[in-house]
Amino acid sequence: MTPKTETELAQMIAGANGPLRIKGGGTRAIGHCEGDALNTSAMSGISLYEPGALTIVAGAGTPLAEVEKVLAAENQRIAFEPMDHRALLGTKGEPTLGGMAAANVSGPRRISVGACRDFMLGVRFVDGAGNIIKNGGRVMKNVTGYDLVKLMTGSYGTLGVLTEVSLKVLPNVDCVGTLRLHGLTDAQAIQALSAALGSPFEATGAAHFPKGPAGDPVTMLRIEGFEDSVNYRAGKLTSLLKPYGDAEMTVDDGAAWTDVRDVTTFADQPGNVWRISTKPSDAAELVSRIDAKAVQYDWGGGLIWALTDEGRDLRSALGTFDGHATLIRGTADVPTFHPEVPALAAITTGLRAKFDPRGILNSGIMS
Amino acid sequence: MEMPTPDASVMSRKAQIVERLSEVLPRDAVISDERETRAYECDALTAYKCPPLCAVLPANTKQVSDVLRICHEMGVPVVPRGSGTSLAGGALPTADCVILGVAKMNDVIETNYDDRYIRVQTGRTNLSVTGAVETNGFFYAPDPSSQLACAIAGNIAMNSGGAHCLKYGVTTNNLMGVTMVLMDGTVVQIGGAHLDAGGLDILGVICGSEGQLGVVTEATLRILHKPEGARPVLMGYDSSEVAGQVVTDIIKAGILPVAIEFMDRPCIEATEAFAKAGYPMCEALLIVEVEGSDAEIDAQLKLIMEIAAKHNPVELREAKDADEAGRIWLGRKSAFGAMGQINDYMCLDGTIPVSSLPFVLKRIGEMSKEFGLDVGNVFHAGDGNMHPLILFDANKPGDLELCEDFGAEILKLCVEVGGCLTGEHGVGIEKRDLMNVQYDPADLEAQMAIKDIFDPAWLLNAAKVFPLNTSETRRAA
Repeated sequence: MTPKTETELAQMIAGANGPLRIKGGGTRAIGHCEGDALNTSAMSGISLYEPGALTIVAGAGTPLAEVEKVLAAENQRIAFEPMDHRALLGTKGEPTLGGMAAANVSGPRRISVGACRDFMLGVRFVDGAGNIIKNGGRVMKNVTGYDLVKLMTGSYGTLGVLTEVSLKVLPNVDCVGTLRLHGLTDAQAIQALSAALGSPFEATGAAHFPKGPAGDPVTMLRIEGFEDSVNYRAGKLTSLLKPYGDAEMTVDDGAAWTDVRDVTTFADQPGNVWRISTKPSDAAELVSRIDAKAVQYDWGGGLIWALTDEGRDLRSALGTFDGHATLIRGTADVPTFHPEVPALAAITTGLRAKFDPRGILNSGIMS
Repeated sequence: MEMPTPDASVMSRKAQIVERLSEVLPRDAVISDERETRAYECDALTAYKCPPLCAVLPANTKQVSDVLRICHEMGVPVVPRGSGTSLAGGALPTADCVILGVAKMNDVIETNYDDRYIRVQTGRTNLSVTGAVETNGFFYAPDPSSQLACAIAGNIAMNSGGAHCLKYGVTTNNLMGVTMVLMDGTVVQIGGAHLDAGGLDILGVICGSEGQLGVVTEATLRILHKPEGARPVLMGYDSSEVAGQVVTDIIKAGILPVAIEFMDRPCIEATEAFAKAGYPMCEALLIVEVEGSDAEIDAQLKLIMEIAAKHNPVELREAKDADEAGRIWLGRKSAFGAMGQINDYMCLDGTIPVSSLPFVLKRIGEMSKEFGLDVGNVFHAGDGNMHPLILFDANKPGDLELCEDFGAEILKLCVEVGGCLTGEHGVGIEKRDLMNVQYDPADLEAQMAIKDIFDPAWLLNAAKVFPLNTSETRRAA
């Protein structure tokens, strides 16, 4: 099913007799669900773009590439740099705006500017009963009623099918610099990244590879802005990080950060891929609990990507911790999403039953 | 403003309710004497007053849980209250309610500079959160004008903003986790010192839910290192169209100031008479502030000054030092006080797309003549958040109603041009009956469905946000 309009979509959902599997570009197949494919690709196109107001509104099926192209022409961008899952998951197709929103997909810059959910200004969607619902709008500050925009972002299609997304965008930058430190242990690297992120010198990326391209540990910080400012902050951060070694600075197109964003080092390696969000200062110790084949830290240590043997339940190795772990790729006899504590699970179940009373939307995916 | 008829069966059980609450709270934490409950009869929307049945001031999550459990068992409505600075009537009591004030809960529970967060009890004031971390060079970014007095609990309930959210975002963008007590007394932990939700973003829907889903007792807040410095530039223009164009040009040039503030002529005149900040007399004044090191600030201001100069300003003044910066901000920060010197005022906070600014200001000017009430406009221009201040005389019969009608017309206009009713103050009772202007029945139904899950009996702050006729069957059930 490929509805062309929101009204058509509402009719299809209202008339559905069984489970529906919602599909944007099909590039972020996280978790497993059954049902007839419901494709959003025909609800596509940018309906409003005001560069002076930093706002863009487009159909949920709009290819992300199209949005990025239009923004680039005005020297603007999607600041939270949504990850492209295709290499890691081995998927094909075109990532869509709706898919990005449904999975709350952010990249390395999340640590500095916020996540996808922080840039979402408005949504239109059809719930599981076929009701057309809107929330938020196209302005940056809006506290009119409950914030269903946040609730829909990252709900993986379990509460409704997005039809339109309104997004805050930001200016592009003149210059990208990357500072690299070599040879640090995970714990040292995270301390160094914390020192940088806790300084006034605004890093917009903070990653650590225990095994970098040359096999040794590499710790990376990104600095963006006007060229003089980038050089100034790089100098300040280099002095600040002196206790951790001599940082080396490169100014280029920042392509190394695409690899951080897309976790490309795991792409060609077999195994399960887990995504763990935690308190940065807990991260190194958590990694020591899990005996992973490889790890990569982003968000100053707050995001751990772990490659493990197939079939393993990583959560039992992690034990109790401040955060959550999601199985992004592979198989294991465990839920894809982190089980919630009973009080929270009851709220989640209640919300799903309200928005999707027949339990037909992406039904297996988030429970 | 219509409020629901108080429940006589609750009113008649006042003595029992107070007794049950006194069993779980210290003696001085239960306020039931009519002379004392009067202190809780309104918030900063002082036009509406109603003393509650009683007020309680619990000191911790356990006590909040006990209070809510008892009220839930006895079917007593509860209105949560932070510091009572809501301009929207978010903490206005009903005669049959228990006011649950968080004022005694103001401890810092934990500060963590490596992981850049602070955990506080939510009765703590906004400014004292920054106060707890500023010796280490850190601050809490959301800065509502009431930050000296307003509590984090209220900030979370209303998803408060401030002048600097163009760069730093509003409360929801700086809130990492909460401890919340549901109406039945259940304590829930949501989020924490990590980023983003593992499941549904329930934290995102709690923030801004106006105390209708639960009582947030503790919050984990993101803290940031202060910038090395900040300096503003002031510019005056002959028309709001030109000022609006300057804002657009600055943003299009790839500069992201931390604040862009706008004032119109009536507001400039009032502040000059009051604060003597040395503002130029013109149609539109902009204050644009940038952050960074001295050199970074110089570089950004140079670009901004170039853009500003292209549009023939009547005045262009760059702050060279802290003293000059202080003078530039003086008038803006005095604006509300200055308008208050002239008369009573009502402050609205509808948000519009920045491109609609000239049209909306023109229409507000026309409506001002139609209604015969003066209005001054202060405006967070970078994000489209307006603050029209409508002057009226509270002692003149009919003036408040006239002012409210005028306000409603302005807010309808905001929605008409693609904006919204409220950008940072919240709906409360003030904009409750205008919700139908912005939302269709299905939109409101979806929002009310959320309250059904958290508070099935609709006991928590139930007379707010949703038009009474829309929520009636739920409240009566």
